[in-house]
Amino acid sequence: MDITFWQSLDEPIIQRALISATVIGIMCGVVGTFVVVRGMSFFGDALAHSVLPGTAAAYIYGGGAATLPLWSDFLRLFPDESVRLFVGGLVAGIFSALVIGMLTRDKRLKEDTAIGIIFVSMFALGIIIVSTDPRAYRSNLLHYLFGNIFALSQTQLIMTIIFAVLVLLVIALFYKELMIVSFDTDLARTLKLPREALRMLLLILIAVTIVASLRAVGVVLMVALLVIPAATAGLLVKRLHIMMAVASLLGVLGGLLGTYFSFVWSVPAGPAIVLVLTAFFALVFTLSSLQQMIFRRH
Amino acid sequence: MDIFNPALVVEHLSAGYPGHRRAIDDISFSVWRGERVAVIGPNGAGKSTLFKALAGIIPHQTGAISLHGEDCRTSHMLIGYVPQSDGVDLTFPVTVYDVVMMGRAREIGWFRWPRRADHLIVAEALERVGVWDLRNRQIGQLSGGQRQRVFIARALAQQTDVLLLDEPFSGVDVNAEHEIMNTLNSLQQGGITMLIATHDLHMASTQFDKLLAINQRMVGYGDSGEVFTPNVLQATYGGRVGIVGNGDEQMVVIADAQAG
Repeated sequence: MDITFWQSLDEPIIQRALISATVIGIMCGVVGTFVVVRGMSFFGDALAHSVLPGTAAAYIYGGGAATLPLWSDFLRLFPDESVRLFVGGLVAGIFSALVIGMLTRDKRLKEDTAIGIIFVSMFALGIIIVSTDPRAYRSNLLHYLFGNIFALSQTQLIMTIIFAVLVLLVIALFYKELMIVSFDTDLARTLKLPREALRMLLLILIAVTIVASLRAVGVVLMVALLVIPAATAGLLVKRLHIMMAVASLLGVLGGLLGTYFSFVWSVPAGPAIVLVLTAFFALVFTLSSLQQMIFRRH
Repeated sequence: MDIFNPALVVEHLSAGYPGHRRAIDDISFSVWRGERVAVIGPNGAGKSTLFKALAGIIPHQTGAISLHGEDCRTSHMLIGYVPQSDGVDLTFPVTVYDVVMMGRAREIGWFRWPRRADHLIVAEALERVGVWDLRNRQIGQLSGGQRQRVFIARALAQQTDVLLLDEPFSGVDVNAEHEIMNTLNSLQQGGITMLIATHDLHMASTQFDKLLAINQRMVGYGDSGEVFTPNVLQATYGGRVGIVGNGDEQMVVIADAQAG
């Protein structure tokens, strides 16, 4: 490579990569904190996979020759293809979140069982839809599996920013209620808070976060962005909003460093970001274990 | 404060989880302001179910609950519920202060953050149970007795004067038991009405104004002289009670396992 990373900062594609790494880092840190304190890692992973049929169906039936009644009409509302894929993913993600939420409402099914059923079924449906169009295998869709932070269009970046702002705004508005339903559902009932509605709201927020970040890191690596920064922050601090702030900071640092390493070593950005985050976690976990050992001995 | 109505009136209350055996049926009693009532009964008798129904955590099928003469569904007042401490996620990233502030959520209202008045009420609740100095501790870094008092403070922050405590003495050591008892004594002097589920029958008979004996149904309600009779205890604890007669004195032996 002839130009250095610092010279390339003038390139719009690099600027978009770094801006989106920052925005995604903040959003995933905040939402991931709820994922970690509520023990919803599996849900996050499942939801990322469940988005596939939506994006696939938006890609294939949205602009090309193939049409589906209603669905294609709906997609025609969004002339820009990247917006269409976004909307398709969002529809599938929110649909999956709601179905999982409803299946587990009356305790006949355990949550992880319901997730296991919906997650694999949606992913299987996605693969079937993709297989109907050979063109889809090669192009855009592959990015959704593994992500490509260096292939973001201006529109995609703007969509990510808009959704990040929305997610953060909703969490700020419902912060104390979301904290209460996450910590103590009995208290939520004593205070006559709408427990189920709040749980659904949180599931939808996770779905939106995933869809907004997916283009950059991909389905397979998505859960790492939600879980690792928040888990690392959880080892360091003991208050929910501070945990969110630290997780966001770690997410941004990991995103920027991972993007940098991806550029200078010519490795894919998604895995590079994940491994930087894992390194943060390993470091903090080791230090906190050492600290505990010393603390106990005295 | 309404002094002509009891603080809490429960009439023909039946409640339970759908499809669950552990339920309560036709329970009626009333508690006057500042009274302390021990709720006794074997494991599975429905003590927790009764408390959860009173606090609105599970819906009640039939019957009525009123607070200071007002139906609990329309009353702006809430019953303060202090959960069994083993049901709490101790790793959750919240401080003592945060937990007590949670009790204010309904008063603060949607889309709002705590105001000065809420901070004052939380500070007062923390001081009242003697955990102000622990306010910045994470909830897992407390002893059992301290944690119980924090949850009492959270119920007080709801500005209720009726508290339900579900086995506050289970799983705590003797020191913690004294700590909690001292807190309860000072709350009672402040006019707080309390219902406390307990397995400690000695404590129930000596430290409480009234006893409520239940085993799915209501078996007895009154002071210890009325409830601590062989008949009531036999009906409450069934075959697990043995009465050793010895002239004027009778001794009651109950095989009762600690919950949980």
